[in-house]
Amino acid sequence: MYKIAVMGDYDSIYGFATLGLAVCPVRTREEAREKLYELAEGEYGIIYITEAAAAQVGPEIEAYRDRTVPAIIQIPGVSGNTGAGVEGVRRTVEQAVGSDILFGGVSE
Amino acid sequence: MAGKHVNPTRMELTRLKKKRVTAIRGHKLLKDKRDELMRQYLDLVRENMTLRKRVEAGIRSADRNFVIAKAGMSEAALNTALMAPKQEVELEVGQKNVMSVDIPIFGYSTRTADENDIYSYGFAFTSSDLDGAVKSLADILPDMIRLAECEKACQLMAAEIEKTRRRVNALEHVIIPETEENIKYITMKLDENERSTQIRLMKVKDMMLEEAHHYSEKQ
Repeated sequence: MYKIAVMGDYDSIYGFATLGLAVCPVRTREEAREKLYELAEGEYGIIYITEAAAAQVGPEIEAYRDRTVPAIIQIPGVSGNTGAGVEGVRRTVEQAVGSDILFGGVSE
Repeated sequence: MAGKHVNPTRMELTRLKKKRVTAIRGHKLLKDKRDELMRQYLDLVRENMTLRKRVEAGIRSADRNFVIAKAGMSEAALNTALMAPKQEVELEVGQKNVMSVDIPIFGYSTRTADENDIYSYGFAFTSSDLDGAVKSLADILPDMIRLAECEKACQLMAAEIEKTRRRVNALEHVIIPETEENIKYITMKLDENERSTQIRLMKVKDMMLEEAHHYSEKQ
């Protein structure tokens, strides 16, 4: 049985605790990296991570990209949407098709 | 011939012909796989994008609600209210095989039967904004889980499509032409050898006849 975790700065994620998700506030880059490793190797099936935190641990997230579990999903934090999540989707299209034919240039 | 040396023998020729048949068959299969993957992927990635936009908008408004809730009460009270979550989400992870790509299927169950049982506090000492904030976050949870499923599937499928596309291209533009070139080379070489043997035999026959009957002297 897997669980769901949310990573990021405390202000962005404390609300998720009420839903029964595990919240893991991280502040520094090292902390985020260690926590991500711990969660991914643990019993967590989905790890939501704020875009700000994800930007700090890019290579680590990349390492889990090919694995079926866990799914590491970026969500916007309280400080605003950086567009990294949408950018990620666009990148998979580029990887699969060769160029972004679906969402090209249509960014909000 | 791509600079590689091949033995112009019949055995090699048979081997190469077999290789060509396999390569062409493999190429066709891989091409079909790529097309089907691509078809499914495009549907999935469109859904992924819509879900992501919806989830991001949902989280944004939930965050706004939380900020308002936080403004209406003391930080200590808020932390106390959220300290002990009542609800717990358990995730079931299944796997589905789509064209040899294992994609996860997420199902979830909550600890208490009532999904709306999310308020981990009494209503007396908290602002009503907090209820709204918690509710708005709870409402997007199903979408968030579906997003996770979708996005992971998209990532895995994109990687597989890229791999398959490379294989198709390698077969189409390298392996198959190279094999055909080699087959052609061996066929030519064998034909050439056969002709030269023929000529040699004719020549030898002429010489032997000449020796036996001395035609040139009789003329």
